[in-house]
Amino acid sequence: MSVPLKFHYDVHGEDFTSAGNASVQAKKALRQLGYDPNIIRRVSIAMYEGEINMVIHADGGSADIIVYPDYIEIVLADKGPGIPDVSKAMQEGFSTAPDNIRSLGFGAGMGLPNMKKHTDDMKIDTVIGEGTTITMRVNT
Amino acid sequence: MKMSKIVELLNAKVLCGEELLENEVHSACGSDMMSDVLAYVKDQAVLLTGLVNLQVVRTAAMMDMLCIVFVRGKIPSDDIIEFARDNGMVVLASEERMYPACGKLYANGLVGGALHA
Repeated sequence: MSVPLKFHYDVHGEDFTSAGNASVQAKKALRQLGYDPNIIRRVSIAMYEGEINMVIHADGGSADIIVYPDYIEIVLADKGPGIPDVSKAMQEGFSTAPDNIRSLGFGAGMGLPNMKKHTDDMKIDTVIGEGTTITMRVNT
Repeated sequence: MKMSKIVELLNAKVLCGEELLENEVHSACGSDMMSDVLAYVKDQAVLLTGLVNLQVVRTAAMMDMLCIVFVRGKIPSDDIIEFARDNGMVVLASEERMYPACGKLYANGLVGGALHA
């Protein structure tokens, strides 16, 4: 059995202006692999939303893209505060982002629902005080 | 609509992508909220915005947009323009405010496009 192709990115939390760098890199990598633009866009949007969330809420983390024969997996892991109420966080419009983030154009409470919308499967593992891992799958 | 027509209608400055202006675009959206662009926009090629930061061009790149129009006389910094150039995007700057800018483009046939599926 062949080993799936994996791309690893560190998401730096200290500076909001760099948020999204990993997603830009991942998008380029997937484009080089020749995926359909719609598939690439879905992965890019889901990863970018997640990356922004990690920078806003968790001081960064890591992002992995794993390419399997019939799907792409996106794993976003952080050591942030965890999500106290996942079902609430999944509601459109619910946001705990601070005002300075809103002035930068984010924090509308659309991130998690949008990640779910653009992926075929999404799993949230979160432990208060320890961190959150979100695993998403886009079928190819 | 050719992007050169957008330049003409909005009396815009071309900050990068001059060589791409004869390419056609078919729909546009206007927003200062990148969260909403990511959540509600689908297949729109042009983004009009008054928000100026690197996330604007990254958001547009994630959405495969071809052209960003900064309205209200906002001029983006060099790193924003450089990112757009690297990603094959046209960047324009217009003195128009958001509402008339969108209205002029819409009235000349650049529609809003489909709602997000």
